[in-house]
Order: sequence, then C-alpha cells, then structure tokens
Amino acid sequence: MLRGRSRVGQIAAAVGASALLFTKSALADGLQHSTSVFEPASTPATEIHHLSFFVLEITGAIFVVVAGLLTYVLIRYRARPGDDESEPAQVYGSNQVELAWTVIPVLIVVVLFLTTARVIFAIQDAPKPQAALEVTTVGHQFWWEFLYPKQGIDTVNELHVPLSSADHPTPTYIHLLSADVDHSFWVPELAGKTDLIPNHPNDIWIDPQQPGLYLGQCAQFCGVQHANMLLRVYVDTPEQFAAWVSNQAKPGVQDPSVADGRHVFETQACMNCHTIRGTAATGRFGPDLTHLMSRDTLASGMIPNTRDNLRQWIKNPDTIKPGSLMPAMQLSEQQLDQVTDYLETLK
Amino acid sequence: MADQTLPIHGTLDLTPPRERHNLLLDILHDWVITVDHKKLGLMYMMMSIFFLLVAGAEVLLIRIQLMVPNNHFLSPQTFNRMFTMHGTTMVFLVGMPLVFAWANYIIPLQIGARDMAFPRLNAFSFWMTLFGGLLLYYSFIGGPGLYGTGSAPDVTWWAYAPLTLKAFSPGNATDYWALALIVTGFGTVGGGINILATVLSMRCKGMTLMRMPLFSWVMFIDGAFVLIVITPLTAAQIMLLIDRYLGGHFFDTQAGGSATVWMHFFWIFGHPEVYVLVFPAFAIASEVIQIFSRKALFGYPAMVAAVVGIAFVSVSVWAHHMFTIGMTSSSNAFFVLSTELVGIPTGIKIFNWLATMWGGKIRFATPMLFAIAFLFQFLCAGLTGIMLSIAPWNWQLHGSYFVIAHFHYVLVGSIVFMVFSGIYYWFPKATGRLMSETLGKWHFWLFFIGFHVTFDVMHFVGFEGMPRWIYTYPADRGWGTLNLIVSIGGLIQGIAVLIFAYNLIHSLFKGKIAGNDPWDAWTLEWATSSPPPVYNFAADPVVRSWRPLWDLKHPENPDWKYDQ
Amino acid sequence: MSAIPLVPTSHEQEWHLPYKGRIGMYGLIVAESAIFTIFVIAYIYYIGKSLYGPTPQQVLEVPIFNTICLLSSSVTIWLSEREIERGNIRTFGIWWAVTITLGAIFLIGTGMEWDKLIYHDGLTISTNLFGTTFYSLVGLHATHVVIGLIMLSLVLLFTITGHVRHEHSERIQVLALYWHFVDAVWVIVFTVVYILGR
Repeated sequence: MLRGRSRVGQIAAAVGASALLFTKSALADGLQHSTSVFEPASTPATEIHHLSFFVLEITGAIFVVVAGLLTYVLIRYRARPGDDESEPAQVYGSNQVELAWTVIPVLIVVVLFLTTARVIFAIQDAPKPQAALEVTTVGHQFWWEFLYPKQGIDTVNELHVPLSSADHPTPTYIHLLSADVDHSFWVPELAGKTDLIPNHPNDIWIDPQQPGLYLGQCAQFCGVQHANMLLRVYVDTPEQFAAWVSNQAKPGVQDPSVADGRHVFETQACMNCHTIRGTAATGRFGPDLTHLMSRDTLASGMIPNTRDNLRQWIKNPDTIKPGSLMPAMQLSEQQLDQVTDYLETLK
Repeated sequence: MADQTLPIHGTLDLTPPRERHNLLLDILHDWVITVDHKKLGLMYMMMSIFFLLVAGAEVLLIRIQLMVPNNHFLSPQTFNRMFTMHGTTMVFLVGMPLVFAWANYIIPLQIGARDMAFPRLNAFSFWMTLFGGLLLYYSFIGGPGLYGTGSAPDVTWWAYAPLTLKAFSPGNATDYWALALIVTGFGTVGGGINILATVLSMRCKGMTLMRMPLFSWVMFIDGAFVLIVITPLTAAQIMLLIDRYLGGHFFDTQAGGSATVWMHFFWIFGHPEVYVLVFPAFAIASEVIQIFSRKALFGYPAMVAAVVGIAFVSVSVWAHHMFTIGMTSSSNAFFVLSTELVGIPTGIKIFNWLATMWGGKIRFATPMLFAIAFLFQFLCAGLTGIMLSIAPWNWQLHGSYFVIAHFHYVLVGSIVFMVFSGIYYWFPKATGRLMSETLGKWHFWLFFIGFHVTFDVMHFVGFEGMPRWIYTYPADRGWGTLNLIVSIGGLIQGIAVLIFAYNLIHSLFKGKIAGNDPWDAWTLEWATSSPPPVYNFAADPVVRSWRPLWDLKHPENPDWKYDQ
Repeated sequence: MSAIPLVPTSHEQEWHLPYKGRIGMYGLIVAESAIFTIFVIAYIYYIGKSLYGPTPQQVLEVPIFNTICLLSSSVTIWLSEREIERGNIRTFGIWWAVTITLGAIFLIGTGMEWDKLIYHDGLTISTNLFGTTFYSLVGLHATHVVIGLIMLSLVLLFTITGHVRHEHSERIQVLALYWHFVDAVWVIVFTVVYILGR
C-alpha cells in the first residue's frame, strides 16, 4: 500500500520511464508524428490547413493596416512639449467615412463566408466510398473503445487504420458514440475534432496519406482524468493492416501454463468488467483484453505496456491514473504475479 | 483647472455631524447599510478587485503545475477545481460586479441625477452578488466532496451535462456552482433593472438620450442586455438542479434527454455574456480616448448604433462555441456568417476610436497608455476571433490553448486593461487624490510585457495541438518550453498587479490632491467635487449638449451649436 | 474651471421622463420572459421524446375553467385599476379582491390537476421527459401566480386598513402589469402544453 510521497515517487518513476521509452520508440520507428495543426496528413486536415492560410492572409492584412494606422496616429498626433494649451479642431464625424469602413468589412465577410462554406460542405458532406473502412468509436471515462463491425474486432485506445492514397483512396469512416459523458476525438494531423456525445451519434472521416503513428487526445473535459485519455492512431500499410486485423479477429490465446492466472482473472471479479473473447469473461464496462499484448501502451496511452507497468496497474490503478474508474482489486502478491503472467499471454 | 467649492447658498445641509463614539464601527455601519450609489459602486469595485486577486492566485497555481510536463505540484482533482473556479470567479465575481461598479458609480453622476432609480434594490443586488460569491467559495471548506480537497466545483465553468448529473458528479461541487450563480444572478437582474430605469427616468433636464455621454449609453445597453443574457443561465441551472435533486431528465441521455440542449442554453447565455463583460471596456475607452486626445468622440451616433447592433447580433452567434458537436453543415455555415457579421460593428468602433485620436493632441498619461494597449489588443482579439469563426479551422482550434489565448486577449488584454484605465481615470473623482503616475507606468509596462509573453506564446501552444482542461501533458508532445514561457509571463503579470494594488492603497492616503477636474474633462461628473458629496450636485444640472463642460469651457464654440 | 454650478435656465420645454417604477417592472418582465422562454423551448423540444411512461394525450385534460378564471382576473384587475384612477377606493378594493379570488381558484384547480396526475396517472417530475418538462413549466408559472397573489393580498390588506389612496394609482398599475404578465405567460404555456403538445 503506497501513500503520500512514495506514491508520488511511484508515479514519477513509471511516467519518467515511459517518457524515456516513448522517446526511444519514436526514434526507433522514426514515424511518430506531432500534434501540430500545421502538418496535415489527411484530406480533412489538409483542407482546413489551406483555408487557414487564406484566412491568415486576410487577417494579417487587416492587422497591418489597422495597427499601422494606430502607430501612425500615436506618433503624428502626440502632444508635443512646446504645444500651446489650445484644443485641436473638434471633428464630430463623417458619414462617408463611416460608410466606407462599414462596406469594406462587409465585403471581407462575404468573401470569408463563401470560402468557408465551401470547405464545410466538402468535409462534412463528403460521399462515403465503397472501399471505406468503418470504425465505431465509443468514448468512456477515460479510455477509447474501437469497434470494427465488419471485421468483428473490438479493441481499445490504439486505433489501426489503413494507409490511403490519392489514386486509391481507402478512407476510414468513424462513427462516434459515448457511453457516459461528452468527449472529443482530436488527432490534429488527421482531421479537426468532433465530439462524442451520449445519445447524439457523430461521424467523421480520415484518409491518412503517410504511414506512422499519429497522436491525439480527448479534447472535451470529461472528468478527473480527462488529461490522460490519449489517442494513438497507427496508419498501417495494407499488408500491416491485414495482418493486424486477422490477429485481432482471433479469440483469446488459451495457454495452459498460465491456468492459475486465468483462474484468478475469472474468480476475482475481473470478468465483471472485462471481455476476453473465447472465455467466459464478457464484461462490457472496461476495455476488451483479448489482445492486450498487441498494444504498445496501457491506461489509454499513458505508460508503455511492460510487465511491471501492467502489474502495478492491476495492483492499484490510482498510483498511475488517480481517479481512474478501475478499482484496486486487493489481490495478493502471488495473485498479481499469476494474473499478470496470464494477461501477458494475450497477444 | 482652478478649484471652486461651495455652490449655491442654501442648498447644503449645515447640521453638524452627530457625535461618533466608535469610529471604526460607525464607518463599517455606514457602508453596510448604505444605499448610496457611490458607496455601492465602490463596494462592487472592491469585491471585483478582491476576487481578481483570488482568481489570479488560482491561475498562478495552474501555471506552476503546467510549467513542465508530468508535473506533480497539483493533483488532478485540485487542478480541475482550480481552473473551474478561476473561470467561474473571473466571469461572475469579477467581470459582472465590475459592470455594476462602473454603472452604479458613474451613471448618476454623468446624467446629473442624485442616485440610481432604486437605491434599496441597488443595495440588495450588491449583497446578493457578494453572498453568491461567498457561497461559491464556501465550497472549498463545506462538505467532504468527491475526491477530497473540499467540494469546489470541478466541471469547468461551462459545467457541461451529463458530467454534471448526479451519476457523474455525486458530491456537492456542482450544486455549489449552480446555487451560487443563481444567487448572483438575482443580484445581476436587480442591477440591470436599476440601470434601465435610471437612464430612462432620471436624466437631468435637457439630457436627451442622444446627449448622454457615450459611457452612459453603453452601460445602459449593457444593463438592459443583461436581463436577457443572465436569465437563460438561471433557467438552465434550475433545470440542472431539478435533474440532480428531483429526478428530472432534462439532460439525462438515458431517458431521452439531451446533452446538446444544455450546450445550447449555456451558450445562448455564454456568448452574449462576453459582450456584457466587454461593454464597460468600450464605455471607458470612449471617455478616456476623447479626453486624452483632446477631441470629441468621432461618430457618436454611429457608436451608439454599433453598440445596439452588437447587442442584437450577438444573440444569434452562440453556436460558434459548438462547431464540433456535429451540427449540420447548414447550421455550421449560418453561425459562421452571424459571427462574422457581429465583427463588423465591433470593427467600426475601433475605427471610430482611431478617428477620435486622429488630429488630436495625445497625452500619454497612465489611463491613456492602457487605452492604447486596449486598442491594439482588442484588434488582435477580433482577428483571432475571426479565425475561430471559420468553422473548419475551429474544428482544429476549439478546445485548445488557441481559444484560451483568444479570450484572454479579450478578457485581460481588453477588459482588464480598460479596468485599470478607468480606475486611474476616475480614482481622483472617487477619492479626491491622484494615483502615482510613476507607479502607474511601472504597472502598465510590466503588465503589458507579462501579458504578451503569456498570451502571444499561448496561441502557438494551441497550434501545437495542446487541448484545454488538462492537468498535465506527456514530455513527448513538445509543449514544455512554450508552457514554461507562458507561466513566466503570468508571474510578471502578478508582480504588475501587486504594484497596482500598492499604488491604489498608497494613493488613497498619500496621493496628490486632485481637485474637481484633474483631467480637464467634459462630462458632468467632473463638475462636482472630488469626492462628490452624497447628494452629487448642489442643484440639478441642465444641459444643452453631450459635453456640458466643454460648452462651459468653450463658450465661443459650444457643442450645441453643431446640434449635438 | 469646472465646479461651476449649472444653474437652470428658462423653462423652454417640459421635461417628462417615464415613471421609473413602470420601467423597472418592464425590465423585470423582460428578464422573466427570458426564463420562461428557455423552459418553453425545452418543453417544445422534448415533445414526443419520452422513451416510456404516460403521454400528454393519455393524461392531460384541457383546463378550460381554470384558464377562464385566470384570464378573467386580468379583466377584473384592469377594472380595479380604472376605479382607483377615478378615486373610488371601495370599488377598487372589490375588484381587486375578485382578482385575488379568481387567481386562487386557478391555483386550486392546478393543485387538483396535479393531484390527479400524480396519484391517479402516476406522472411525477421524475417519471419521464414529459413529466419533467410539464411540472417544471407549469410549476414555474404557478410559482409566479403565488408570488403575484401574495403581493396582491398585501395590497388588499393595505386597502382594507385605509392606506391605499388615489395617489397610489400609478404604483397599482405597475403591480397590475406584473399580474397581466403572469396571465400572458399562461396563454403561452396553455397553448404549448395543452394544444401543441397533445
């Protein structure tokens, strides 16, 4: 049982180690993208990017003109030391001037509005091609569930999608639902964000044109661990994607050497929340664990998926993600070892 | 600027003051039972400054936590309470009371009245507002809360449902939020009614609406406007409490209720609310810029029309806070258009202020320094606002630090700057003493620098993909350096505000005597003594134009000659 | 140069501004209308969206008698306003009392309707969306009727004890304005709940 400083120390250690590991994995892959809105890698993000530059040009021009005028006025019309006390000429107004600086902004508004409307319709009302992959995302406090209805897959936190290209588009259409409160799906390099609202399904699409790992996170405050509801989108080549899908579609590995651990899992209430396909565990409240070991991270992108991290998580999730909805199951050290061994076989 | 005291013989009450036995208690008693608009205005101002310091402390804690990635200075529970309270405090316990501080102190003086229309309602409104604030802060110590550290609200200042329903917020944090704001809401409605009735029914003889100082015009629109702005929030909060305590289903998505209905109701309040908060800045700017350019305001009728136009159009833009919730493309397009349209009258105001300065003799006293910075910063805020109105770009920037940078450019860069400007400008009137110009300039430059270090950089934090409401962030996001710079700017601003607080208190006792009209100004409040007597004017003023003191000082060239 | 007393010049034109009490009451009415509007919007939006439980068609009976009473009370209060303007305090008091009685009948009728709905039909504020929006909206209106009746009763008390006089007619009109507002809101609530919603 950890308290106070040592608990903080634990968290610091886990997270510190993860920071190192992440940097390492990023260097190893060489393909971890950033979260900048100025590096689009998918059509919706690219459309937004182009529009944003147009808008920046217009607002930049307005800024130069008005700030320039302000600067000029401050210099030219400042009170000088040798001035007499007389008041300058009082000018009450001018209808022509008022008209001019009303009409010009109206024209700017018309241009901006028409340009913007075109992009809104292009992104929101884009027709769905036959080759599109369909994924349903369910937001939970504080993790992401990804269902691939046509492939019969249910995975968590790490979304795999196929690479798309301009001549052979294979976009991914994502249907957004929520199991509890409002969330928001935001991977800046792939698309603008869209909210996951209970009882209010939404749809977005992405067609990433560069492979690699894209980062994002929940962008609508959803509770105490909103900050750690991280997103990892893996854009796979067609071969990688097919391999991933076929692995995910298999039922959970049944390794007799970890039968003890599986027994712990089934008798210590784990199966009330978690599913492992092919076993009696069909809980829906927590993440599907069938292919837990195929994921790089735990706790929704917070920490690397290592044995130590997994064991610590099961022992007491609050030491890693305070406020997470998984309770500490009060397992003995032996039970912890056994169940961790079992989970480690779920590739 | 020679001083002139005792006015018409026989209009002063010469009864000697009664004997006072306990001076401190007497003074306190005086203030507690007062219905005088000047004292109430000053109490609203003191309440705002107090809560400004409290909310400022809250954000400094936030900035320390976010200085570096994976920090452990604040727990997530505490952090979430800090930013919720920071936002809620700044809007409802600083921004709103400021509206009534300015309106109460200055409107009667500017329109030649002796008090507001309903002095007792005025006192009631103030005490309700203060009590609501105290109730909100009681949450820190009242009850055990959900995760310890008290029950302060921790659901963001928007309090989106269904997070705020009992199922997801079982403690009392949300209740403190809703109840405290319902209570301050009563104060707000009372204040708005008072402003409306005062301006329409208490103007001195000759002061038609188009001869009112623009300050009073803008505050009048604000007072009327607030009646339909705060009330939707009150309604939504009552619905929330019905859901939480009477088993209602307004926002219960399991029973067919809608989370988006809360969003619509909240933002129907929330967007016009920011105009309610910014109008005093416009009002003060119109006065200060005139006086320190030595020129009449350019385009008075256009300025009035612009404020009225902004108020009307601003009730049609609310869903630009909801571009990401999945509205239809046509709805999104509509709100892009309406939001851009409200930018037009707003821009017109900036042009009119510039035209006022054009051809003038600009004096860079402290109030004017803040007003000039306001012009620059409000321009920038408007431009980033245009960027945010572009719905597709909004899909990237919503919920990110870019938005925080934008609205702090409005709330701090425009409103707080003009609050400082107004305080430096009217402090001499309220106290009879000038604030120190030297300290004022130190305050200005440090605050200006700190403001820009924080909020300029913050735009880029948003561009780098950092969302709001997060108590920490991983090291591999690349946000650490920018956040550190942002935090340092916050500390600089904090120091500047401390200098201001010192200036305020020191000048109260040791400031140079101001006289009635230290700035050589043109509106009625400068015609009476500093501070004004409790009855404001010895005799009811009669005016012939919108700058009565200009007419008196320039009998060869009065405004009424030009049909003003 | 500026503490110059601003002496009144000749009385060129009359200076008439509206009575501040009336403006204040208009302001209150505007604010209250905004609150009611939000509840009405919620009611309309949620029509037909309850997932279970009694529907309006099943349990609501159009309160014709109640409505006639309440709307007539606007007429009677108008009559009483006329009487006090003419200085007839006694007649004023009678019409004022009739107004209060009609308002009280309305409240009793609402109470009876709710009794039936709760105990006979099983519809409470927590039953379903219809229950939530119905009791909230009708209840908000009934609360305003109660507040109105309290104020009207106070004035009746002052009238009986002889404190209300002809010079108070403008204040009476301001209070009556509140009562007219409450009735106008009922017209809207009635239309939305008993006509549109069924």
